[in-house]
Amino acid sequence: MSETYRGIWVVAFRELLRFVADRSRMISSFMFPLIFLVVFGAGFSRIVGRLEGDVNFIQFIYPGIIAMTVVMSSLFAGTSVVVDREYGFLKEVLVAPLSRVGIILGKALGGSLTALIQGTIMLAIAPLVGLSISPLLVLQLLPTLLVLSLSLSGLGILMATRMRSQQGFQFLMQLMVFPLIFLSGVFFPVQGVPTWLQIVAKFNPLTYGVDAIRQIFLGPRASGSVAELPGNETISTGVILFNHPMGIIEDVAVIGAIGAVLLLAGVWSFSRTEA
Amino acid sequence: MPIIEVDNLSKQFGEIKAVDGVSFKVEEGEVFGFLGPNGAGKTTTINMLCTLLRPTSGQARVAGLDVIKDKNDVRRAIGLVFQETTLDDYLTAEQNILFHALAYAVPSEVRKQRTKELLTLMELWERRKSKIRTYSGGMKRRLEIARGLVHLPRVLFLDEPTLGLDPQTRNRIWEYILDLREKQGLTIFLTTHYMDEAEHSDRIAVIDHGKIVALNTPDSLKDQVGGDVLTISSDNNELVEDELRDKYGLVPEVNNGTVSVRVPGGEEFLPQFVRAYEGTLQSIGLRRPTLEDVFLHLTGREIRDEKVDERALMRNAMRARYR
Ligand SMILES: Nc1ncnc2c1ncn2[C@@H]1O[C@H](COP(=O)(O)OP(=O)(O)OP(=O)(O)O)[C@@H](O)[C@H]1O
Ligand SMILES: [Mg+2]
Repeated sequence: MSETYRGIWVVAFRELLRFVADRSRMISSFMFPLIFLVVFGAGFSRIVGRLEGDVNFIQFIYPGIIAMTVVMSSLFAGTSVVVDREYGFLKEVLVAPLSRVGIILGKALGGSLTALIQGTIMLAIAPLVGLSISPLLVLQLLPTLLVLSLSLSGLGILMATRMRSQQGFQFLMQLMVFPLIFLSGVFFPVQGVPTWLQIVAKFNPLTYGVDAIRQIFLGPRASGSVAELPGNETISTGVILFNHPMGIIEDVAVIGAIGAVLLLAGVWSFSRTEA
Repeated sequence: MPIIEVDNLSKQFGEIKAVDGVSFKVEEGEVFGFLGPNGAGKTTTINMLCTLLRPTSGQARVAGLDVIKDKNDVRRAIGLVFQETTLDDYLTAEQNILFHALAYAVPSEVRKQRTKELLTLMELWERRKSKIRTYSGGMKRRLEIARGLVHLPRVLFLDEPTLGLDPQTRNRIWEYILDLREKQGLTIFLTTHYMDEAEHSDRIAVIDHGKIVALNTPDSLKDQVGGDVLTISSDNNELVEDELRDKYGLVPEVNNGTVSVRVPGGEEFLPQFVRAYEGTLQSIGLRRPTLEDVFLHLTGREIRDEKVDERALMRNAMRARYR
């Protein structure tokens, strides 16, 4: 058991050391979400108009952008496994008296903690989009982000365990990241798309992450209620699962469940590849 | 009880039998040399003994522990310096050592003392806060060796540890390692392409095509080659060759303008040959066979072809990293 605990914290500790040492990574994982926020926010806010509760479009997508930041840097846990394998450091880790389960959970935890730091930094621009931050909000947000990032680290690691080259992995990541982000309700209410897309989106853990974070910022009104769209059509901005509008706790539970499955699969796959 | 026991160990990669039924024992406190040409199966054997690779068949015990069943206990008992670089480039030397010490649960007092001792020995103490990215190849190599010793392993596996290091540094490292062997009974399992380094071994196993072709002390291996080596140069090398062949029934070889020949009891033969030789001799030398000769004799290959070979090895190592 001690090999598992030690594995978790030692590996996570090194991820943090490395995060601090490598600034380019930090910047690159901010760029993407920020560009989206500016481009989409500025581009659409005029057309889309106000949503219920006096929420404008930038405020509507901002919680999703935080989720997106966290997702991008969580998936990096996978990149880190592939890079370590490519540059040899993985051997140093594997020959140490650490259990395989511990190593993988440590990678996930390390990735999540760095994701959490980045998500928190993104909070700084909340006042710029006209949203206020309270201690209660932070207290709700951090555990939600942690569960979300652990879950997506699981996905990154699962993809990484079989990959030998960084290029191959990057390609696979690009392939995953776009559907993951666009089919998650960051930019539009999930309930407003054709049924088949709704079904796909409801298998996406990020969907619940975005919904939970949005409710934390905009209040439960944003979920399960309606948004007025041009043309007087109305749809819910929240996620409705089996006719039930999801609350924050329920969202987090769903992400946690999907994450547990992904992490277990990742651990299993990794222990099989590395003796 | 031997500290390493290997019984009929094999590893197959698809069609390739990388290691083909090797068996040997290493005693505690021994320096065990594991020599062989490129691709002979040295690293594969080490990987199996270090629990990184599952054997296709056979068994091995290290420090009395089974390498398949008691992986984590074996890992705790060993230190491994890999053939290729396994450092984290983005961290400093100190952080790389810190990671290692934490992973092996080295108490922090011991860690601080050993870090200082080892980094000073490797002449890296001043550079301990620099990122590995800024290190030269030799500095990285030295750090890897230091790291492998931080947790005081019982068995130290060194896979071509001093490739690319200058002779003074190599000597200093060896002095330290042999001292640890004296004081703590450290066992060393070594692969190398440097023959002077192999001379540190108490016993040497020569592996070729996955099979052990000889296992003995360096002296016995040299005796096995058959006689001393006589090197002669003269104005007329052909005459020397003819005489050696016709008068004494020996088999001379010409390399770089010198004739070399293997004779049992070289001390007696030398004066006899000089007295009877009819031309003019320029120089004549007699030496015991070296491990180089042993290697050539057993595998039909030079252990290394001069400096060019070293660079080629480095290149291969680099290529392997970036593949
Ligand atoms: N992962 C692998 N997959 C397939 N073949 C492998 C693998 N690892 C090693 N081999 C093969 O096994 C054989 C032995 O390789 P090994 O690395 O053990 O040689 P070595 O004695 O360490 O050589 P060198 O002196 O070059 O380091 C080689 O033919 C090599 O190609
Ligand atoms: Mg090798």
